[in-house]
Amino acid sequence: MQSLSNRAKKLEAKPMTLAERAYLPAIFQGLSITMRHFFRAATKKQVTVRYPEEQRPFSPIFRGLHVLKRDEVGRERCTACGLCAVACPAEAITMVAGERKKGEEGLYREEKYAVSYEVNMLRCIFCGLCEEACPKAAVYLQPDKMAPPRFERDEFIYGKDRLVEPVDPAARSIRGIQLTPEQAQALSQRIAQ
Amino acid sequence: MIELPTLGWQSIVILVVFGVSLLIATYCTYAERVIAAFLQDRVGPDRAGPFGLLQPLADAVKLFTKEEFFPAGANKALFIMGPCLAMITALMSSAVIPFGNVIQFGNNVFNLQGIEVNIGMLWVFGIVSLGVYGVMIGGWASNNKFSLLGAIRAGSQNISYELAMGMALIAVLMISGTLSLREITLQQSVAGEWHFWNIVKQPLGFIIFLVCAFAETNRTPFDLPECETELVGGYHTEYSSMKMGLYLFAEYVNVFVASAVMSVLYFGGFNFPFQYELRDWLVSAQGWELMSAQNLISVLGLLGLFGKIFAFIFFFMWVRWTLPRFRYDQLMRLGWTILIPLAIFNIVLTGGLILGGIIK
Repeated sequence: MQSLSNRAKKLEAKPMTLAERAYLPAIFQGLSITMRHFFRAATKKQVTVRYPEEQRPFSPIFRGLHVLKRDEVGRERCTACGLCAVACPAEAITMVAGERKKGEEGLYREEKYAVSYEVNMLRCIFCGLCEEACPKAAVYLQPDKMAPPRFERDEFIYGKDRLVEPVDPAARSIRGIQLTPEQAQALSQRIAQ
Repeated sequence: MIELPTLGWQSIVILVVFGVSLLIATYCTYAERVIAAFLQDRVGPDRAGPFGLLQPLADAVKLFTKEEFFPAGANKALFIMGPCLAMITALMSSAVIPFGNVIQFGNNVFNLQGIEVNIGMLWVFGIVSLGVYGVMIGGWASNNKFSLLGAIRAGSQNISYELAMGMALIAVLMISGTLSLREITLQQSVAGEWHFWNIVKQPLGFIIFLVCAFAETNRTPFDLPECETELVGGYHTEYSSMKMGLYLFAEYVNVFVASAVMSVLYFGGFNFPFQYELRDWLVSAQGWELMSAQNLISVLGLLGLFGKIFAFIFFFMWVRWTLPRFRYDQLMRLGWTILIPLAIFNIVLTGGLILGGIIK
């Protein structure tokens, strides 16, 4: 068959030369290659990350464990509209809505709030669609935390106790960046008013 | 001059050699993993203890606590006998290896060798060829076709390569004129004379011996008896727990013994360069007694021999993680049509050189 590109090479199975049949030259070549790798591994910095002690840095746009944010004065932002649960392709989010009572204005921002809010971390694919769907900017995927491994499956269902941001502003973070003491101080004062 | 060592001293040496063989085999498992990892740009075991040095201990605990499994239809007695035989034969052959020259305290002469016999070489080869029974019996008693195939392969491979190995050895014996490993060692370095190690006189014989040693210890590229890609686990497919561990252990003890035999036969054993110059310098310039200088040389020679052995063990592992496995027909062709004719040629060549007075 004629080659159209003129790039085809004709290959023939040549009989092995004496050096090839004696194996030894090829063996020494192979040995020298592996020895180079040996010294590289023994002397240079290895690429292996020794996991629990060393950790790879997270990317700034990493999507990790969910958090339910509070507003500037420490009220929960979530209004239990359910848009995140609808947006979730893995159906990992469930919630129960409730009405805010009188006297709870300091706890919940809207009149309707989530009595319970659960994310199943075994179902979640960390796509971030809940974050995009949220009209109240309440749910975020943190860029610096992962759902840690557990022994029991039900421990992966995160309720509000583990999802809602802590009340203390000093323990909060914005997109993974810890608040500075000044920022935390200012926030605490606004909450006190 | 050399007194026959007492029975007590002999048994101490045997016990120490036994312990050292086991210790080296233990740490071979660790070394194998670390070397494999380094050759493949990895880290290797580094979790158990500092640098992972307790890894063999963890492995042993794991193997001991695993289930002792007996396949249905297996011959129970033979099934247990297989790994025992493999281990016994592997350990027995190190008894005649001269690990060092004599150490003298006053009139007491201690020989750093288990048994000094004038048939040392025959002893080693007799025991090593018995070693295949461990594999054969284990493979047969498993009542499993993969085990049986592995055992058959082990048998035919060992028989084929023993021939070439023995003939490579004959060339060494033609030079040395003795079967005693201690004599062979001593001949490779004589005070006041310019003597070479046997590797200089027998380069071709050494290469043949080395290749055959790989085949005899069932190491890659000749590990067809336990060829995972074809035979699951080869002769130890059905083995579990410490019986499996004994097979793996026996392989490392065999590697140790093969390394020791090669060091003794071709690389001067416990001799090291300029040992007599060092002794004479200690005596004349430093005012040492001749006896203590000689003892120091013996101890240094012992360390030197272990250095050579470790270098060979490293080489075994280096080759294992470099070369792919031979195909079975390639293995047989290499053994029968290349190595055996080469070994015969080597014998003729050596004979000619001896007759011509070029080597002695």
